[in-house]
Amino acid sequence: MLKIDNLHVSIEGKQIIKGLNLTINKGEVHALMGPNGSGKSTLSYVLSGKEGYEIDKGAIEYNGKNLLDLDVDERANLGLFLAFQYPMEIPGVQTSFFLKTAINSKRKFLGLPEVDALEFAKLIRSQAEDLGISSEMLKRDLNVNYSGGEKKKQEILQMSILKPDMAILDETDSGLDIDALRIVSEGVNKLRSKQNSFLVITHYQRLLNYIKPDYVHIIADGRIVKSGDFTLALELEEKGYEDISKIAS
Amino acid sequence: MAATEQTIKQVNSLGNSEYKYGFSTELDEIKAPKGLSEETVRFISAQKNEPDWMLDWRLNAFKVFNKLPKPNWAKLNIPDIDYQDYYYYSSPKSLKDKPKSLDEIDPEILKTYEKLGIPLKEQKILSGVAVDAVFDSVSVATTYKKQLNDLGIIFCSISEAIQEHPDLVKKYIGSVIPVSDHSFAALNSAVFTDGSFVYIPEGVRCPVELSTYFRINAINTGQFERTLIIADKNSYVSYLEGCTAPMRDENQLHAANVELIALDNAEIKYSTVQNWYPGDREGKGGIYNFVTKRGVCRGNSSKISWTQVETGSAITWKYPSCILQGDNSKGEFYSVAITNNKQQADTGTKMIHLGKNTSSKIISKGISAGKAQNTYRGLVSINSRASNSRNFTQCDSLLIGNKCGAHTVPYIESSNADSIIEHEATTSKINEDQLFYCMQRGLNSEDAVGLIVNGFCKEVLQHLPMEFAVEAQKLVAISLEGSVG
Ligand SMILES: Nc1ncnc2c1ncn2[C@@H]1O[C@H](COP(=O)(O)OP(=O)(O)OP(=O)(O)O)[C@@H](O)[C@H]1O
Ligand SMILES: [Mg+2]
Repeated sequence: MLKIDNLHVSIEGKQIIKGLNLTINKGEVHALMGPNGSGKSTLSYVLSGKEGYEIDKGAIEYNGKNLLDLDVDERANLGLFLAFQYPMEIPGVQTSFFLKTAINSKRKFLGLPEVDALEFAKLIRSQAEDLGISSEMLKRDLNVNYSGGEKKKQEILQMSILKPDMAILDETDSGLDIDALRIVSEGVNKLRSKQNSFLVITHYQRLLNYIKPDYVHIIADGRIVKSGDFTLALELEEKGYEDISKIAS
Repeated sequence: MAATEQTIKQVNSLGNSEYKYGFSTELDEIKAPKGLSEETVRFISAQKNEPDWMLDWRLNAFKVFNKLPKPNWAKLNIPDIDYQDYYYYSSPKSLKDKPKSLDEIDPEILKTYEKLGIPLKEQKILSGVAVDAVFDSVSVATTYKKQLNDLGIIFCSISEAIQEHPDLVKKYIGSVIPVSDHSFAALNSAVFTDGSFVYIPEGVRCPVELSTYFRINAINTGQFERTLIIADKNSYVSYLEGCTAPMRDENQLHAANVELIALDNAEIKYSTVQNWYPGDREGKGGIYNFVTKRGVCRGNSSKISWTQVETGSAITWKYPSCILQGDNSKGEFYSVAITNNKQQADTGTKMIHLGKNTSSKIISKGISAGKAQNTYRGLVSINSRASNSRNFTQCDSLLIGNKCGAHTVPYIESSNADSIIEHEATTSKINEDQLFYCMQRGLNSEDAVGLIVNGFCKEVLQHLPMEFAVEAQKLVAISLEGSVG
């Protein structure tokens, strides 16, 4: 599904990612953990095609395609989804209208007609209900004056209706209360199948109790320094990054 | 919706020229002698069989025009206009003897309107919208006439009103925009060709949107439209105008005068969707749109509300204004002005507070892309008699790219200590992170810009009549095509 090979990325001449390798197969859930500033969000932006990042070396393959050749919207329509660490506010644009526009963009890309109004209403209602997002909320401007946790739920709602093949969740759990954490995790688990994959970026082992990863990777200073299974997250919780990085080097 | 799809396809099929209405229609025309002279004025008046008082009024206006200096263009860069190079009257020959019914209209003209999405056949017409269509210089059809007649509402072309309702026309024409106001007001008064006339009798709420569609077709023709709307006591009317023109390399001139009069407790809502041909990417061709629009709230507790979406024209020069004469009267101005490529817009409003407890609200959204220049110019004036009056003004500018400009020029004159004037202004660049966010959800860059700009304009667009709001949203997106790399 996704193969990152010896990736080197810099921003304005400053090296951020320094030789990162990661392969995610269909149906797998990978967790990525690492200290602040180690390059996790940078990786998620590079994967989704944000401007301003210099790819100095390396290659990324996505479903047999050279990912770096594709535009942001092409990547999205080919099933790559990023749940943002800091979702954007779009004033004047009603949340439900935004969702509809996003669905229709994908449908247009796939050569399908626009979504039927009734069908759309049904889809949104059931997905939003599951996430505890009210219909009043859907009438408000996208993310404007949403609380931190509400914004994160909104990201998961978008993911649920767009049904990506490869979803990257950048600290979706940060700022969520206990109940929201469970609800959001259920949203992810519902989507999880043999056909799609996840890269879950988090600081907390707690999330991984809900979303059981197949692999856990630790990133430090732009490189994956250790990989393992779920137990690595437990070990990390106990010893902290410093110890683990030491062992790795 | 399928209509969106079709609009987009149609636009794309035009190749590098995105203007959807850029076709012209081949017709036999009757034209005034080329150029501007007393003879031209007489020719126009004669073509319309006007009574003497109207001809005299025109001739006087022409004298005034010759004496007035040209307006000072401020922020606009306008090439000298050669008034002798235009035709001031053009009429398709087949309309010479005004058609009695739609069946008598030249099928070519009906086809033109159909291409524009304005079917004139009554049975096909948008429900709840009465349409008058002005083709070059003459009014083509007025639909829904009978239904309106029954309520005593007059909705016809100004030419017809001069014949049928001379007392009303005589009483009100030039009463809001004096002939001597400025050079274009005088020019329009001398050579105006057609436009709409509306009279809503006392106590009547007009049940449908009244709408006029202006189209410049003939080459080298100026369009001098004259519209007069009178809302008698306790009445209400909502009026909308739309405009298009074919793509031509020469600049075409459009100088309209619109006068609104609201008597006691009356309300007039006037909306414009202006989509004249803007010229090509290099700034060749396009309409010069010099418009004087002014409304007077003559009666107590009356209200006039202007909403405009200005996306077309090479140059737009336009300040729809309100004179708040009656006590407790209200004026509103909601504006979206979009300039792309080499377009220039200088637009805004004047709110003149004369009566007590008068209030006004100005919401202006200016969007600039390409190498375009966009200026908001406004005046809020509060007279010493206008105690307890208030104004709220908000001007927001959005820049797309770094070769365009946005300017805000608010003038405030207050001679009244207990009045309140609030002014807020912002200028920002389109947010790259918002664009990225939208594109990560699958929107292409043009759709993403369209979405964000529509959000930026929402406060204004929501004041348009429902039937036109969707169309206007599409227009906003289309007029910014090619603005992001
Ligand atoms: N636009 C930028 N300009 C300069 N430096 C940047 C820019 N974006 C990121 N960086 C730097 O790159 C490094 C990696 O940042 P990144 O956001 O990827 O970290 P992260 O692992 O997601 O951290 P956190 O856990 O705090 O979210 C940091 O040192 C950051 O300051
Ligand atoms: Mg981060």
